[in-house]
Amino acid sequence: MNLIGLYTLFCKEVLRFGKVLLQTLIAPVITALLYLLVFGHVFEGRVQAFPGVSYTMFLIPGLVMMSVIQNAFANSSSSLIQSKVTGNIVFMMLTPLSHLEFFLAFVLAAVVRGILVGVGVYLVALVFTAVPIKHPGFILLFMFLGSATLGAIGVIAGIWAEKFDQLAGFQNFIILPLSFLSGVFYSIHSLPEFWQRLSHFNPFFYMIDGFRYGFFGVSDTAPSVSLAIVTLFLVVLSGITLVLLKTGYKLRD
Amino acid sequence: MSAISISGLNKHYARVHALHDIDLTVERGEFFGLLGPNGAGKSTLINIVAGLTRFDTGHVAVLGHDVVTAYRQTRRLIGVVPQELAYDPFFNVREVLRIQSGYFGLHKNDAWIDELLAALMLTEKAGANMRALSGGMKRRVMIAQALVHRPEVVVLDEPTAGVDVELRKSLWAFIRRLHREGHTIVLTTHYLEEAEALCDRIAILNHGKLIALDTKQALLMRGIGHTRRVCITTEQPLGRLPETLEKKVRRQEGNQLELRLDKSTDSVMAVLDALRAHGAVITDLNMEGADLEDVFVELTQTQKV
Repeated sequence: MNLIGLYTLFCKEVLRFGKVLLQTLIAPVITALLYLLVFGHVFEGRVQAFPGVSYTMFLIPGLVMMSVIQNAFANSSSSLIQSKVTGNIVFMMLTPLSHLEFFLAFVLAAVVRGILVGVGVYLVALVFTAVPIKHPGFILLFMFLGSATLGAIGVIAGIWAEKFDQLAGFQNFIILPLSFLSGVFYSIHSLPEFWQRLSHFNPFFYMIDGFRYGFFGVSDTAPSVSLAIVTLFLVVLSGITLVLLKTGYKLRD
Repeated sequence: MSAISISGLNKHYARVHALHDIDLTVERGEFFGLLGPNGAGKSTLINIVAGLTRFDTGHVAVLGHDVVTAYRQTRRLIGVVPQELAYDPFFNVREVLRIQSGYFGLHKNDAWIDELLAALMLTEKAGANMRALSGGMKRRVMIAQALVHRPEVVVLDEPTAGVDVELRKSLWAFIRRLHREGHTIVLTTHYLEEAEALCDRIAILNHGKLIALDTKQALLMRGIGHTRRVCITTEQPLGRLPETLEKKVRRQEGNQLELRLDKSTDSVMAVLDALRAHGAVITDLNMEGADLEDVFVELTQTQKV
């Protein structure tokens, strides 16, 4: 294994988003903060998802995970599409990096960005209300699994898209609706039965529900089920990504 | 062992047969030119050797290593300067070269990076962001990127396309230096002057087929047999030429006219008579043998027929 190569590509990807922190870290924290202000103000005292948990408290883990998801996806996908459009991806393709090393570097960098944004959102949210942490292990585990999964989806989208427009479509028509409709702003038990059932087909729901369990010790679905589904989702998507990279789909035509 | 060996290579893009049964060997230490018009398949061939493009059938090896099954070895042995100007806008020159070294597993490579920067006259720009560099400088950084891992085989895909004369000369000098230091050089170009000045052996591709593969001298001999160049100077700049001559024009600039004549069918006297009848007053006449451009035109036109 070319560990130095893997480490270099990982560092390059982290440095890349580190050079535009305003866009990659600060802006998503501000966006999450605005959601918290608006939704927290409107629904505080009117909605109680879990017993003893205020709406603002309930909302914070959801917003943290939604930020993790969206930013992990944005990191790998935007880096790849930029490299493809500007043509500098050729300098990675010419090297002895294997498809596995390429995959790991992009996904791990996406994990770093996702977690940094998530931690940023959490710290800022603490200004509004304290959120208990019941199972820190679950929090870290779901943060990692969620960001890695979206990092992998970002690689797939980055490979598939040939222009920024296509990537924006992927983000706006797949990632954004799935993350919004995953229970960030509500407990799915508050939904009509049909929508409750439909929510169970949304893998992002399990990421947010399991993550929320880490804070409150209660969730809509058993955390072990969420963990199993999210892990399976990551494994399947990683497999697809590795096949695409190994065959050179749209990269080595 | 050959630097590059290609046998039975075929590549399709959808319905386009981009490369037809290519058999080609580049020996170690050679200065090899790959010529052809735009769309001939030069870059596809180079990209296959570099591992940037998959192929349908055939076998491609770099210094004996298969480019598919032993891609890690082949990519360490070959350095490729891509044709398109590409750069990462997030980093400065030194960062770009350090990152490129890292991809090849080289952690501490600054001494060699400094040498490359000096050789390519980029030392003062080491801390400059890639966006701030001129086109010529970006191209030199691309050459440095191709050399960070000290590859034995260096492939330059149209390295002087769109660069000014001064930079072209300095790039030629640098490439010659690499060759003298023992690197095998493969140069694709559609500047025949460049191939003629630099390369020992030349392959010509047209419509994905290898239509010539020989030493530069042998190819020139082939041209000399059929064509001659006639350079004519006139008193006044020439306007539009008679139709019979227009097909034979190689270059026309002001009062200078260069024609390519077929030895067996074209008479120099007939050409001069046609020009005089057109009102031209001829002040000088010079006849030369064919150069690579003539050979190239002859070979590619034969293909069209």
